[in-house]
Amino acid sequence: MTLLEQFQLWLATMWPEWAAYVTPAIVGVVIVIAFALCMVIVFIYFERRLLGRFQIRLGPNRLGPEGIFQPIATAVKVLLKEDIVPAKGDKWLHWLAPLVVFVPVLMIFAVVPFWEGAIFIDLNVGIVYVVAISSVSAVGIYMAGWASNNKYALISALRMVAQVVSYELPVILSILGVVLMVGSLSMSQIVAAQTIPFILLQPLGFIIFFLGAVAEMNRSPFDLLEADSEIVAGFHTEYSGMKFAMFYLGEYCHALAYSCIIATLFLGGWRGPLLPPFLWLLIKVVAVFFVIVWIRATLPRLRVDQLMSFAWKCLLPMAVINLFVVAAEVLWLPESLPWIMVVVNFAFAGALILLWSKLFTLGGGRVEV
Amino acid sequence: MKFERYGIGIAKGMALTFKHLFRPPITVQYPEEKLVVSRRIRGNELVWYPDRCTGCATCAKSCPQGNIEIVTHVGDENNYVVDKFEVDTGRCMFCGLCVESCPYEALAMGLSYERAQYRRGQLVLSKEELRLSDVRQPSGYARPKIEATLPEQSLLVNWDREKGGQKLSLVPLSKKRGRGV
Amino acid sequence: MAIKTEPFILNIGPQHPSTHGVFRLRATLDGEVVVDVEPVIGYLHRGIEKLAEGRTYTQNIPFTDRLDYLASITNNLAYVLAVEKLAEVKVPERAEYLRVITAEMMRIASHLMAVGFFLNDLGAMMTPVLYMWREREKLLDLFEMVCGQRLTYNYMRIGGVSHDIPEEFLPALKRFVAEMPGFIDEYDQLLAGNEILLVRSKGVGVLPEELAINSAASGPVLRASGVKWDIRRADPYSIYDRFDFDIPVGSAGDCYDRYWVRVQEMRQSVRILEQAIPQLPEGEVCAEVPRLLRPPVGEVYGHIEAPKGELGFYLVSDNSIAPYRFRIRPPTLINLTALKDMVIGWKVADLIITFGSIDVCLGEIDR
Repeated sequence: MTLLEQFQLWLATMWPEWAAYVTPAIVGVVIVIAFALCMVIVFIYFERRLLGRFQIRLGPNRLGPEGIFQPIATAVKVLLKEDIVPAKGDKWLHWLAPLVVFVPVLMIFAVVPFWEGAIFIDLNVGIVYVVAISSVSAVGIYMAGWASNNKYALISALRMVAQVVSYELPVILSILGVVLMVGSLSMSQIVAAQTIPFILLQPLGFIIFFLGAVAEMNRSPFDLLEADSEIVAGFHTEYSGMKFAMFYLGEYCHALAYSCIIATLFLGGWRGPLLPPFLWLLIKVVAVFFVIVWIRATLPRLRVDQLMSFAWKCLLPMAVINLFVVAAEVLWLPESLPWIMVVVNFAFAGALILLWSKLFTLGGGRVEV
Repeated sequence: MKFERYGIGIAKGMALTFKHLFRPPITVQYPEEKLVVSRRIRGNELVWYPDRCTGCATCAKSCPQGNIEIVTHVGDENNYVVDKFEVDTGRCMFCGLCVESCPYEALAMGLSYERAQYRRGQLVLSKEELRLSDVRQPSGYARPKIEATLPEQSLLVNWDREKGGQKLSLVPLSKKRGRGV
Repeated sequence: MAIKTEPFILNIGPQHPSTHGVFRLRATLDGEVVVDVEPVIGYLHRGIEKLAEGRTYTQNIPFTDRLDYLASITNNLAYVLAVEKLAEVKVPERAEYLRVITAEMMRIASHLMAVGFFLNDLGAMMTPVLYMWREREKLLDLFEMVCGQRLTYNYMRIGGVSHDIPEEFLPALKRFVAEMPGFIDEYDQLLAGNEILLVRSKGVGVLPEELAINSAASGPVLRASGVKWDIRRADPYSIYDRFDFDIPVGSAGDCYDRYWVRVQEMRQSVRILEQAIPQLPEGEVCAEVPRLLRPPVGEVYGHIEAPKGELGFYLVSDNSIAPYRFRIRPPTLINLTALKDMVIGWKVADLIITFGSIDVCLGEIDR
């Protein structure tokens, strides 16, 4: 029974049924969207400052104390820009694409548990819903690339489709490992089951999910569709003003959403001692985002064919093996001794990574033309 | 290609960037903090001393761009009187050859580097504008006497990594020496 | 049913984040694969060769600053060496040392930019560039101390250098030389062993030894292909025969080797600086040369090992105050001619990094 459902029941005692049904939904939507957008602004500021510090410079620090109002200034600047639509572009698709990218990302937050019961809707297929809804934004990016009538944008869109389709598979398979251990697809049950965070029980699954998530949110080293040194700004080359802001927000929202999912699936969600649960979730989300920014500040990006072979030859087989091993462990290992599983899984993950480093080759290279 | 090294290289690189997180930033907050420029800086302007100038036009001849315009007439004591001394700093490339060639030290490079203007016409400096003033001070380029009086340059090499913080010497906000706008 | 596909033309540049200036590539792509490239140059043409014919020998020195603006000192050096050869000017000892010291500092600064932007083309999000910028900034401070500018130095003169160094120069340079190897180690730690860098650049954009020689490539591009050719050793100019340094040579001729050769050359430049600083003699810094120099009738080709390759000046004198003909052999224009053979069949991402690994400077190509 979530808090919103309790609120609904309480309202139903005095209001007509339809009002008692609609009001909690609106309240919940407002809260979730407010959370997502506020956190996105914080994340934009956090990333820019953090990248600055990684690169021994200061980052934005002019507006407000330590530059905390910089994201707002940036947002105002972007909103005031002229909205340009390419003359030979597909105007309807060009207009629709930012929405199709942004809305599904916001919808992910519907199943993120912030607290015991503090979840917008406790779907019994929560994690499947996340995977399904998050890949819809790929359609939006393809629309943007096609409608811009720009070759850079089109290359970027095609890369995006290939990348998202490839990385969905290892991501889903690594989630399945978690689901096997919990025995439920519901997000709140996954959190409730984590007396030990699943990062310890499933190190390999965590690594695969993390890499896949980074690839799905198009961050370095998998940021091929915005590879600025190759294809300028990728799919949003021809976007400006509010539409560009939607893509920009969508990208950070995606990062925030996946940070929330990683924190929920593998780091124990809102569980933690002393501090209030909501704060624990925030700490974990920021920690995950910190690692993402750290990777972005350090690593060069892969080439498109290497990206594909990394997904198909490396992550996918490892995810399948991981799934079988977890299934075997859930069947045969006694549930009373989870620490045995931690040791076994860490040893197994290390061995598998070493083995794959030896076996695995990144394909591609020169093509005869 | 193989990932032969098990990701050790990636881990090393990540460790290095993490280390840089704790190093102090090396950037300078420009309008508030200003570094001391070189004593020999070839700043964005020239300084002309009318009392030393004999109107020989050696500087105009040495200018690669033909940028210095001098008009003179013969004065009472059989000397040249300078009617017009004009430098178009919009075309000037601040090579300093005019300053080096001047036999009477009547021309010097300026110290200021903040001479942006809104109109191209304002970049053409006339006889009066080129004179020494509070905001138009000479630099020590090819002028060792002036060089000796100027403060020491702040160097990034002397910035101390271990002790942290900016060890570069900074100029406080002032209008002296032509650094203020 | 087979899908009908056809190659398309992608216009990279002149306004593009990784063209290192205003350079344009008409790339014909088949999907992601490069089928053909055609460089289009000339967006930065200023006619320096023609301008120089109307100016005196000394007045041309500031124009050479504007060729390869990332390595102005070596451009100055190549030009004044050619003029000195033509007019047979003897250069004082101290000036020779100052020339070598500043030229090697310039080589480090130029290679820092080359390596940093090569890594940026690989997608390393500005971090290596900013680390390397820090060291380059230290060198620029020193150049500013000596000659008053940070980019266009105009330091060399016919018969020497324009200024003696101030007294605080040598302590600062010693400090830089002492800490620089540590910073180069840090760059190696950051990316040299990085698996992503290795898979991206090893075996990519190979320039075979044969082709490198036939296309008259020079500098790190040639040495990465395995040819041990460095004009500092092959045709020693100035006083380079007095210093002990190695010539790093690559084996495969791929992008990684070009990156590696540059990093090693920085180490060798530091070695040369270490040897040159204690040997620096006292004395004059510029020979007595008439301001309006009139070299005897004749022609001369002077070349040096600039950071980007063999930089040559071909001068013809008719005994007037200005050169009759002033011709520049820019290293990167000639290195760029091999680009097409290096990238065909590779992906568009490889095209970008191969182009980045040649380390072009458009001021020099278009002149």
